[in-house]
Amino acid sequence: MTLPPPVLAVTVLGDDRPGIVAELTEALAGVGGNLEDSTMTLLRGHFAMVVLVRTGASQEDVESAMAPLAQSGGLSVDVRSLPDPAHLSGAGQPFTLRVHGADRPGIVASITRVLARHQGNIVDLGTRLGSALYVLMAEVMLPEGTDVEAVQADLAEAASGLGVDVSLHPVDDDLL
Amino acid sequence: MPPLPAGRVLQVVQAPDPVLATPGMMVDPTAPEVIALAADLLATQAVSPGCVGLAAQQVGIAWRVFSVDVTGHPKARTCHGEFVLCNAVVESATRKERGREGCMSVPDFTGDVARARRLVVRGQLPVTGEWVTLETDAFEAVALQHEIDHTDGMIFLDRVAGPHAVHPRRTYL
Repeated sequence: MTLPPPVLAVTVLGDDRPGIVAELTEALAGVGGNLEDSTMTLLRGHFAMVVLVRTGASQEDVESAMAPLAQSGGLSVDVRSLPDPAHLSGAGQPFTLRVHGADRPGIVASITRVLARHQGNIVDLGTRLGSALYVLMAEVMLPEGTDVEAVQADLAEAASGLGVDVSLHPVDDDLL
Repeated sequence: MPPLPAGRVLQVVQAPDPVLATPGMMVDPTAPEVIALAADLLATQAVSPGCVGLAAQQVGIAWRVFSVDVTGHPKARTCHGEFVLCNAVVESATRKERGREGCMSVPDFTGDVARARRLVVRGQLPVTGEWVTLETDAFEAVALQHEIDHTDGMIFLDRVAGPHAVHPRRTYL
């Protein structure tokens, strides 16, 4: 039995311009890469993408295929092998966390520390800084049986200390 | 709903089966094969835990026929019980809200979709072919839009709200 090739994580960061995703994925296709999960966004104008790819090519070959992208200026590319996860995250109940308020250092740290104390696992997170307003949105899995009111109370206390507003609501999903 | 014969439990097909992307043909609701399909959809839905609706495409047939039954669902307000509609179209859809939905034909994902919570649908009953107008709201409205989408050859992934609106699906039951 042959094992599937290991998954490689390709991270690309740098100056945004049209065509980066096309160039990146064409290069990966060129080494026989099959894309799995990926995410890409602009962080204050900076291109940021992580893509998981499986390919029979070696990590060195993938790095070589990425070289033109890195050399095209303004982009840093990192390729690394990832072990298969010991377990798939996603157990528990999903909640949406919303935080907004005047920007200051420590908002994300304080709020996410509360979640970590309750064994909450963040599965998606984004933050945005406006001219003065800071916004955090996250999806959090809380273990079955979590005292949600206690989590909400602890979040409210942390938010009060930071001078920001916080809410934590269950995500309802329905099979249709 | 006119009485239907006993239905058979059919296998539910999963994406990327091309039938799920095939718009349904208009049907004659009085035709024996359409009446049989109506009964089969209800029978298949009844043995599928948590399933509140099923479209012909989901059992491999590109016809404009679907079943719905939201009886007892905690988010249902107006509820017309168990029924089948043929050739249904949305007459009006208002009060859109975003919710997260899953589908028996898309076992790996859920998605955030904006759906109207006030809905008027017109369609034909099987057996008699009578045209009926259904006014509904809340969860039954969402279920109807999801099923009518199937009969148009669309799944919820065709309507998700953005790149972060598709999620790994949890175990439902």
